[in-house]
Amino acid sequence: MTVTSTTAELLWLFIATCGLMTALTFFGEVLRARAGHDNPVIETFMTRVRSWWGMVILLTLALIAGKIGIVVLFAFTSFAALREFLTLTSKRKADHLSLALAFFVILPLQYLFVGMGWQTLYSVFIPVYAFLLLPVVSALRGNPDRFLVRVAETQWALMIAVFCMSHVPALLSMQVDGYPADRGVLLIAFLIMVVQFGDLLDFFFGRRIGRKRIIEGISAKTWEGMACGVICAALIGGLLAWMTPFSILGAALMAGLASLVGMFGNLVFAAVKRDRGVKDWSHLIPGQGGFMDQFDSVIFAAPIFYHVINLIYV
Amino acid sequence: MKTLLALPRRLAAKIVGLAISLLVRFLTAVRPDWRGIEPVHRQRVYYANHVSNADMPMIWSVLPPNMRRTVRPVAAADYWLKNKLRAFVGPEVFNCVLVDRRPEARAENHDPMQNILDALDDGSSLIIFPEGNRNMTEDPLLPFKAGLYNMGRARPQVDLVPTWIANVTDIMPKGEVIPLPLICTVTFGAPIHVGADEDKDAFLARAADALADLAPKGERL
Repeated sequence: MTVTSTTAELLWLFIATCGLMTALTFFGEVLRARAGHDNPVIETFMTRVRSWWGMVILLTLALIAGKIGIVVLFAFTSFAALREFLTLTSKRKADHLSLALAFFVILPLQYLFVGMGWQTLYSVFIPVYAFLLLPVVSALRGNPDRFLVRVAETQWALMIAVFCMSHVPALLSMQVDGYPADRGVLLIAFLIMVVQFGDLLDFFFGRRIGRKRIIEGISAKTWEGMACGVICAALIGGLLAWMTPFSILGAALMAGLASLVGMFGNLVFAAVKRDRGVKDWSHLIPGQGGFMDQFDSVIFAAPIFYHVINLIYV
Repeated sequence: MKTLLALPRRLAAKIVGLAISLLVRFLTAVRPDWRGIEPVHRQRVYYANHVSNADMPMIWSVLPPNMRRTVRPVAAADYWLKNKLRAFVGPEVFNCVLVDRRPEARAENHDPMQNILDALDDGSSLIIFPEGNRNMTEDPLLPFKAGLYNMGRARPQVDLVPTWIANVTDIMPKGEVIPLPLICTVTFGAPIHVGADEDKDAFLARAADALADLAPKGERL
């Protein structure tokens, strides 16, 4: 096997990320050595660092494996997110078949279309076909109790957990002039990195200098934290411009946009969680809550990132 | 010959048990909520609500493996002895205490309560479904049978732990074939005991309230 330049760049990126993660782990261990093993803040931080290690390694393996690896990884992530979402939505026995179809037919088909690169199909499959089909299946089973609420919530779950999420692997089928198709994996790494680092720095600066809450009583996000997070994401985006088809300024702007949209996504999901009376979507990622908690910002950012590239660069 | 076969059978039972708990975890991401007790070795009777055949494997799967070895579900002999596969899974994988619900079919010397008390005297913990049957109604719980009271009275040192299984109705409603992979939560409440001068009905009502209190709050959406 010859190591292509894309794989080599991915490996460099992985090594750099590992360096950063090692620094964070070391930092946590030093704090632990000073404060002992029962400080809850440090233990939470260490649990999160461990989860990040897991995610970095999984994502890198998938990116190196290429298209199939990415599509399969995100199909499973969608599955976990859809499960968290549908656990909290309204349903009756009459919806059983349509929910089973959502999990076992619509989700796999959407990722099949993304994997095959059939853009016209994966762009309309859930917003048109699933949107019209699933209410029919539920209606045929005949229970009208809160019908509109049930079908609307099921459709929202599919749009968020499957349709939006699938725009991350869909970046691989993007045809940008002068950007070789095999570099799409770097574009995915770019999107995830700028959004996640933006979130992390928003959290950090929000704790330090945050004053004014954006939505009082629903989310701890502050305008100051968000502004710092977006600016940092843009700076990181500029530094990582070599991974993308954009100029340095273009990469900074795209990164800032993705991070901003992602943070608003986080606010939307904070409102949904508050409505359903839960703190986290689930317990599946230690220290972070559920898959929806970890990827809410990426879910919102991915379709916008995808379509803005389509609009400007294709 | 029998001893020669015993080892592979025990091994097979271990493997099947592991496979069932992995399948249950993958499908429902089932998780325990140790609200009223700690996951430690102590002799307990876990009494749970019952809506589906998946209930018992759910509780069994969230117990840590070292506790699982000493916890025995109390289950219906007429169900678990129906064919060879069930007779392997029930008594050998789950290590069930089998009781016969049908008085007319019981052998002369079969006293269900005696089987249960024998298991407790061996030091085992138990899982029981005091409603006796699967609950197909809209009510959260059916009236409890007397078994729980009799156990609590006969072996007062054993903790009776209310155990609420949430969401199983949505995962697998009666009559459906495909299970939905929704998240299931098993909540363990604070233990109760039969009071010194408490009569049967008062105790069973108290036990049912303690269990229903663990159900997720709020109107059904």
